[in-house]
Amino acid sequence: MYKIIEKRTLAPGVHFMRVDAPLVARSAMPGQFIILRVLEEGERIPLTIADYDRTEGWVTIIFQEVGHTTGLLAELGIGDHILDFAGPLGRASELDRYSRVLCIGGGVGTAPLYPQIKHMHEAGTEVDVILGARSRDYILLADEIRRCCSRLYIATDDGSLGHKGFVTDLLKELVSGGERYDHVIAIGPLVMMKAVSALTREFMIPTTVSMNPIMVDGTGMCGGCRVTVGGKTRYACVDGPDFDGHLVDFDEAMRRQQMYRQEEKESHICRLPGMGGQVR
Amino acid sequence: MSVTYAKTPMRVQDPAVRRNNFDEVALGYTLDEAMAEAGRCLQCKKPMCVAGCPVNVQIPAFIKALTKGEFESAYNIINETNNLPSICGRVCPQEEQCEKQCILSKKGEGIAIGRLERFVGDGFLDNEEPANRALPSNGQKVAVVGSGPAGLTAAADLAKFGYEVTVFEAFHEPGGVLIYGIPEFRLPKALVKKEISKLKALGVRFLTNVIIGKTLTVDDLLEDGYSAVFIGSGAGLPRFLDIPGENLNGVYSANEYLTRINLMKAYDFPHSHTPVKHGRKVAVIGGGNVAMDAARCALRLGAEEVHIIYRRSMEEMPARAEEVKHAREEGIIFDILTNPIEILGQDGWVKGLRCVKMELGEPDESGRRKPVEIKGSEFDTDFDMVIIAIGTSPNPLITASTPDLKTTRFGGIMVDEATGATSKEGVYAGGDAVTGAATVIQAMGAGKRAALAIHRKLSEKACINFAVNLNAAK
Ligand SMILES: Cc1cc2nc3c(=O)[nH]c(=O)nc-3n(C[C@H](O)[C@H](O)[C@H](O)COP(=O)(O)OP(=O)(O)OC[C@H]3O[C@@H](n4cnc5c(N)ncnc54)[C@H](O)[C@@H]3O)c2cc1C
Ligand code: FES
Repeated sequence: MYKIIEKRTLAPGVHFMRVDAPLVARSAMPGQFIILRVLEEGERIPLTIADYDRTEGWVTIIFQEVGHTTGLLAELGIGDHILDFAGPLGRASELDRYSRVLCIGGGVGTAPLYPQIKHMHEAGTEVDVILGARSRDYILLADEIRRCCSRLYIATDDGSLGHKGFVTDLLKELVSGGERYDHVIAIGPLVMMKAVSALTREFMIPTTVSMNPIMVDGTGMCGGCRVTVGGKTRYACVDGPDFDGHLVDFDEAMRRQQMYRQEEKESHICRLPGMGGQVR
Repeated sequence: MSVTYAKTPMRVQDPAVRRNNFDEVALGYTLDEAMAEAGRCLQCKKPMCVAGCPVNVQIPAFIKALTKGEFESAYNIINETNNLPSICGRVCPQEEQCEKQCILSKKGEGIAIGRLERFVGDGFLDNEEPANRALPSNGQKVAVVGSGPAGLTAAADLAKFGYEVTVFEAFHEPGGVLIYGIPEFRLPKALVKKEISKLKALGVRFLTNVIIGKTLTVDDLLEDGYSAVFIGSGAGLPRFLDIPGENLNGVYSANEYLTRINLMKAYDFPHSHTPVKHGRKVAVIGGGNVAMDAARCALRLGAEEVHIIYRRSMEEMPARAEEVKHAREEGIIFDILTNPIEILGQDGWVKGLRCVKMELGEPDESGRRKPVEIKGSEFDTDFDMVIIAIGTSPNPLITASTPDLKTTRFGGIMVDEATGATSKEGVYAGGDAVTGAATVIQAMGAGKRAALAIHRKLSEKACINFAVNLNAAK
């Protein structure tokens, strides 16, 4: 059992939790994730480690209520326990070889991006950041990030904060305007990472994306998390989650993410009160 | 005494009923049936069955005790070499091991040793290990990585020798393949849980959600004060066919399919929150126990038609004979001498399978006749789900994070077979992590040998330390 020691709501339906997990904190690195389970009948879902402290023994996660499990997780509060919390999983991001980096975060994708920005900034890398979201309410961690980057640009779909439009508009503007980056790191929805990767391919800027497919074990034993990268099948949980954005088959990844859409719909109906389904 | 050449049959659930439920298929012997079967044993002077058992259970001795109604004595005889009789009685390939060697099998059917082992084991399932079996703690800690049959056996024996044993398990539940792989209808999970709670009663500590190689390394364990480490991490890495279409929606590795169903209880969706696809027409590729289990699960989840696609013939099929028989009775279709070459898709989902026909040629390294493709025999069949069960290999998480642990060509951990000692001081290994996918009983045997070797080594060390201290004191 893993105790929740802090909880905050960052945006409507987006929550931050600090969890007591000394063994995970002991070896966590930026870019890695955990797999958690909320209750006995619960599903195992992966969430990226947003921050950690080895001496105090905690790990933070940031998640959006999108499905059943994240909904149940959101109902927990300070002092409650998460049933299972396993990690750190996946490879740590390789962050130490760049001199000037552009980081692009979309929606909750900003959460896993933050520790990477912090790590690079502390290591002396110059980091510019573009954050994008539906509206200003969904722009996460802007203050924290502003403190550890050179320049922060913001785009919202509705124009309620920063540029009205997509992160790719800003990316295009920056690079066409003469900004030079030796690497781009993009984390966000698949469509965003696909669009960013298509642009940076044109600009010939190497790009890393972070894949978050459906997972079960997170240790390489099921193969459910497979993604095609450069024509080869890779497991996101052990070979990733970071991959070369110019080589990832995003269309396949989007399709695989839809695998249980039907079941999700059915279970939602079954779990509605009065439909005979169990709600815990 | 007249000799009976036929096994006492065991009652099973009616195939037409059981193909719709996950309850256990084979129902076990009643006391009368067990007595009748035990009475067939000829009590050979030189019992071949014992030699056929990978851990040399004293078979005639336990059967004799059984015929005399001395159940506890029968149980203790088995328990000397086999800690998990209820499990082994259900899942061992007896027809390849003890029962094959039985003298009666020359003229008829050998003794149903597995069924008798199950009968004896089940009678003692609710007995906690008598507390006096555990010696008082000797103050030394040993770490066991993985909680499959290898890890459980090593942990039990080490605890009985007096060590403080901690088992580190990557999943949220201990048991290894016994929990996540082998389905409920063949090995009820309640039974595995009882065996695990017996270990807890012996003082074994289970730490789940710890992935060695990620959460902690083997070196961390040694630095944290564990005097020895036993690695029983299994062979959990699924192999795929490397043919076009494998990443289509509706294609599963058997590992994923079975883990969703058994460990995550997807058959109980949406009460249990993990979903699994329900195929209508399902192809399972492979001919081992894993393939049979996946096929029979698909049937129980409502598939109209399930095919086992296997590239050799029925004779070469590695699955337990009883599972093949049960699968057949349930209506699984066997497409033998058939090899898939492409998974066909439509709109991103599985739509069918393109296969070629095979024929058997010359024997290969494994001694089995090698299947060769019949030119121009391609044909397509409609399927909406494909499950790949062509084998697994050891997971490299541990070996990759422990550079001084030598591995074999197949990624197995290299050990001295008699002791399980690896290339790294204080580190032992056994089970599928060493051999690649094998059997429950072999994994248990390896766990037992390693526990004894660890005990010998650590007691030797303790003796030397004692002598050194004694000298220093003089
Ligand atoms: C579906 C299926 C059906 C089978 N049917 C039969 C049968 O009928 N009869 C038979 O004899 N054999 C059968 N087998 C084979 C048998 O189950 C295995 O040979 C046996 O379980 C191997 O035991 P093990 O202890 O070596 O490994 P496993 O049972 O695989 O256990 C390994 C454990 O280690 C854990 N682990 C792995 N890596 C790590 C890590 N890095 N850190 C911490 N923990 C880790 C795993 O999660 C797992 O719990 C079957 C196998 C499968 C998959
Ligand atoms: S999640 Fe199972 S292999 Fe990656």
